[in-house]
Amino acid sequence: MSDYNFAYLDEQTKRMIRRAILKGLAIPGYQVPFASREMPMPYGWGTGGVQVSAAVLTPDDTFKVIDQGADDTTNAVSIRRFFQKTAGVAITEATSKASVIQTRHRIPEENLRADQILVYQVPIPEPLRFLEPSEVETRKMHALEEYGLMHVKLYEDISQHGDIATAYAYPVKVEGRYVMDPSPIPKFDNPKLEMAGIQLFGAGREQRIYAIPPYTQVVSLDFDDYPFQPTKADHACDLCAAEDSYLDELIVDDEGGRMFMCSDTDYCANRRKQGHVGAQGVPYAEDQA
Amino acid sequence: MYVAVKGGERAIDNAHAWLAEERRGDVAVPELSVAQIREQLALAVNRVMAEGSLYDPDLAALAIKQARGDLIEAIFLIRAYRTTLPRFGGSNPIETEDMTCDRRVSATFKDAPGGQILGPTFDYTHRLIDFKLAADGDVGTAPASTPSPIATPHIMSFLDREDLIQKEPAGADIPDDLTRTPLELPANRALRLQSLARGDEGFLLGLAYSTQRGYARNHAFVAELRIGAVAVEMDIPELGFAIEVGEITVTECETVNQFQGSKSQPPQFTRGYGLVFGMTERKAISMALVDRALRWKELGEDNVGAPAQDEEFVLYHSDNIQATGFLEHIKLPHYVDFQSELELIRKLRSEAQENINREVSE
Repeated sequence: MSDYNFAYLDEQTKRMIRRAILKGLAIPGYQVPFASREMPMPYGWGTGGVQVSAAVLTPDDTFKVIDQGADDTTNAVSIRRFFQKTAGVAITEATSKASVIQTRHRIPEENLRADQILVYQVPIPEPLRFLEPSEVETRKMHALEEYGLMHVKLYEDISQHGDIATAYAYPVKVEGRYVMDPSPIPKFDNPKLEMAGIQLFGAGREQRIYAIPPYTQVVSLDFDDYPFQPTKADHACDLCAAEDSYLDELIVDDEGGRMFMCSDTDYCANRRKQGHVGAQGVPYAEDQA
Repeated sequence: MYVAVKGGERAIDNAHAWLAEERRGDVAVPELSVAQIREQLALAVNRVMAEGSLYDPDLAALAIKQARGDLIEAIFLIRAYRTTLPRFGGSNPIETEDMTCDRRVSATFKDAPGGQILGPTFDYTHRLIDFKLAADGDVGTAPASTPSPIATPHIMSFLDREDLIQKEPAGADIPDDLTRTPLELPANRALRLQSLARGDEGFLLGLAYSTQRGYARNHAFVAELRIGAVAVEMDIPELGFAIEVGEITVTECETVNQFQGSKSQPPQFTRGYGLVFGMTERKAISMALVDRALRWKELGEDNVGAPAQDEEFVLYHSDNIQATGFLEHIKLPHYVDFQSELELIRKLRSEAQENINREVSE
């Protein structure tokens, strides 16, 4: 597709986005406004992540896209194809082989390295949005480090439900300063936000970019007597027997029978390649035949 | 035994193939040409150009064809194409006074220099289905007259001569481009007008209507509505003078609104402004009413808490491409988030049940 520039966006636009990324890395957790472009996929479908990926990709990169942890979900396929077409970069499903990973709603189970970039698609970048609808107000609250409202919300959860009733997009504080929305990842993934790789967050419709540099302190908000707890389904993966990975729940029959499998398809496949077989799984080779 | 579901790639390819087939419809029926859409569905083309922020009737007609007549989808195609185009610069402000008017009406003066020109309007048609059109689209020729060789002055200029209409402060020479710089609030009027000009017609219509029904009522008269072709000129630095780069049809609406005054200043009318690509008069009038409602602070009015007065509410929600994308994204898989909610609600329920059981047994 030679009609478009490498990775679709023109170089001026990429430069503008890279500047926003650098500013975001310099002020971890701060939401940098950027002049988001209209992309050929709909707002809300990863346009922020796509623009960030377009700005960081080089021809030598190897690109991986996951949605809900899986490489073969339809929107992940669509975004991967977009960059195959417009950037001609190598693609992979293997977490360890990717230099840039674009994700929606998950952090890969496998630890990322310092030479990897994780790009998140973000729907609503503002962690305070559902407490205060006005952007003018929330920007002021961040500037003044005025996060009392958030703590009151968490406290009210506990008084009403006995627990903090947030299961995903669980708010974090970055490097002791900005409260940040980690995008709608399950809170199971929150501890992995402290990592060796660079994490970039793109919100296209809301025109914001933010970032977590490598080895940055990221603390999930909680109380001393109600400490943060990452949770997952209390099962092992039925395909690969993993007990440490985040699981999807599937309804498998008319009676409402359930099974559980890893949401991270690459992690699950690797374990099965190594010979792990879950309660309902088949050995890896048979499945591939 | 369970084998994981795969097949996203094949499903997408097949869906696209089916879509292409559905778009074409029954192949026994002749295919629509882009020229037919451009000529015979011109108002749809106009809306796509206006909300797509790109003046190109052929491209808009093609987008409508590709989108199977879904205008928001067509606007989306135009926007995604537009974003890849380089920005060469800004044109000089168009001179709507020099417009060759196809239509020009004023609701405030029975007659004025330039006259009232109804033009090709639906206004006084009776909305009766014309069954003859189903069989035969032939029409006679409309009577013609020679256009007036002199410029048609704006109605507002007559009010201005008497100092009856509020003076507009001059803006920056070249205003920011909404599509190249992030919208930050509070926005100036130039940015607001850009945003309204590409905003969803239905959304602006609803907001404008709400002001008429009392949510920040500002009592608008259509001082003037004009539709016609204007020249677009641009200064070329290498030449040192402006040249005409094209001609566009626009709809311009100026409303004259309730007056204000103070002890030091005698009362004056105020103004709302709408300017939209093509023949798009419902949109232009809506835009003028919403523009006026958004000016409450500048004009020293009260904020009555009406939606049309709330700049952040209006500007953040008027873009139908943003809105439709985010709305429809909830079709995408959310297994992971939903799973975490499932676990949470099961946990909360079992804790609550334990408490109930304990209380019953006590």
